[in-house]
Amino acid sequence: MTATATVGVLALQGDFQEHCVALRGLGASAVEVRRTDELDAVDALIIPGGESTSMAKLMDAYGMRAPLQAFPRSGRPLWGTCAGLILMASRLEEDRPEPLGLMDATVRRNGFGRQIDSFETELAIAGIPGNPVHAVFIRAPLIVETGPGVEVLAALADGTPVVVRQENLLASAFHPELTGDARMHRYFLDMLPVGAVP
Amino acid sequence: MSTNGTDNGKETGTFSVKAGLAQMLKGGVIMDVVTDEQAKIAEDAGACSVMALERVPADIRADGGVARMSDPAMIEAIMRAVTIPVMAKVRIGHFVEAKILEAIGIDYIDESEVLTPADEEHHVWKHDFKVPFVCGCRDLGEALRRIGEGAAMIRTKGEAGTGDVVEAVRHMRTVMKQIRRVQLMGDDELTAYAKEIGASLDLLRETKRLGRLPVVNFAAGGVATPADAALMMHLGADGVFVGSGIFKSGDPSERGKAIVKAVTHYDDPEAIAEASKGLGEPMVGISARSLAPGQELATRGW
Repeated sequence: MTATATVGVLALQGDFQEHCVALRGLGASAVEVRRTDELDAVDALIIPGGESTSMAKLMDAYGMRAPLQAFPRSGRPLWGTCAGLILMASRLEEDRPEPLGLMDATVRRNGFGRQIDSFETELAIAGIPGNPVHAVFIRAPLIVETGPGVEVLAALADGTPVVVRQENLLASAFHPELTGDARMHRYFLDMLPVGAVP
Repeated sequence: MSTNGTDNGKETGTFSVKAGLAQMLKGGVIMDVVTDEQAKIAEDAGACSVMALERVPADIRADGGVARMSDPAMIEAIMRAVTIPVMAKVRIGHFVEAKILEAIGIDYIDESEVLTPADEEHHVWKHDFKVPFVCGCRDLGEALRRIGEGAAMIRTKGEAGTGDVVEAVRHMRTVMKQIRRVQLMGDDELTAYAKEIGASLDLLRETKRLGRLPVVNFAAGGVATPADAALMMHLGADGVFVGSGIFKSGDPSERGKAIVKAVTHYDDPEAIAEASKGLGEPMVGISARSLAPGQELATRGW
């Protein structure tokens, strides 16, 4: 680990630029990751929002599946937002795409409905100080079941979990990268070893 | 009037969730499909969304006549066939066609010059809808007028159904050039420029502050090859619509996959070269310059 950690954002498709902007706003070094050699060079990784089927196709076309599965085994933090959560899941209710199988959870794609059901709400998140986080859910995945090692950091009023953590794996059903509030990004950076990031 | 809803602290139909879906499509390819079979091929090729319509622009051009919104049953069949978001087109100004698409739960509406305009004076007032809209533009003024009406996503028009990228390039270059000019303008100049291009001063100031359009901007109209798609990304597109270019080519599946790869790796010529090999016949093109007056689609709408 270098003195200043580099955070990668998987840039196959989706809103990767917004994550880079949020990370850089916190003084962190952020790079776009499209290939395995770029993945090897980062200390933490975010899988952004986007279309999980598109990302999975590109991941497989460029031999990134196995390296992505190995990534968190080295202890490096990995965070998925929306499509990223889908790809990190161990089990999907749908037959496509094939997820990476990292987070012990069962996920239903578009679990809240179609685009007209997309919504915004206020969310209290364990470990995030201050006011509730304003959260934007877009064709969001639904976490239908979590394994014993998975901690629920935030849930909707009806108890639906929307932010979960399993050791160095973090996943959120909403898009902290879209609202200009970088507190979730701060939380993720703090999952790196002390002193690794500003 | 607002159709936004609130339920148990959840707000739906807000501009943030409409513009947010476009953010999720970035770096992706949206493909025109006319059957559920084609929709599946597109999804399997890595499309981030599909545009459901009865005829691709090249056929609309060849057939002539009045082109209208597609049969809702055909659109619903496509919505059932894929898990990616589905878009469909309405005629410019035809807010009832838009209400029909909203009623069947479409994910995005394209108020499109590819169909025969229903209103030569007014576009749809898109703020009234819970479903987001994408609209075409040829320049910054047109883009900001549509955003002012509530468009949550913009695409440059190009010249649909030709397979000739020249108009797509012209429109994207025009928008980008105007945004660069705006960034150098003082407040007094911005006011005069807003009047000149027929745009809201507020949206023009927002464009200056951001250094880009306030919503996601895709390229459209004439993209036929992986190289065309990568070219549009270099010119500043957030992603690419491919209409006739995929399913009017010799091998739609392989061409679709190749264009998806070229958009992700647009700055990696070796990757684009690899993706471009052995794709078979591209769609038969028509030079945009050879179109007779009245045959251009881009001049529809204002």
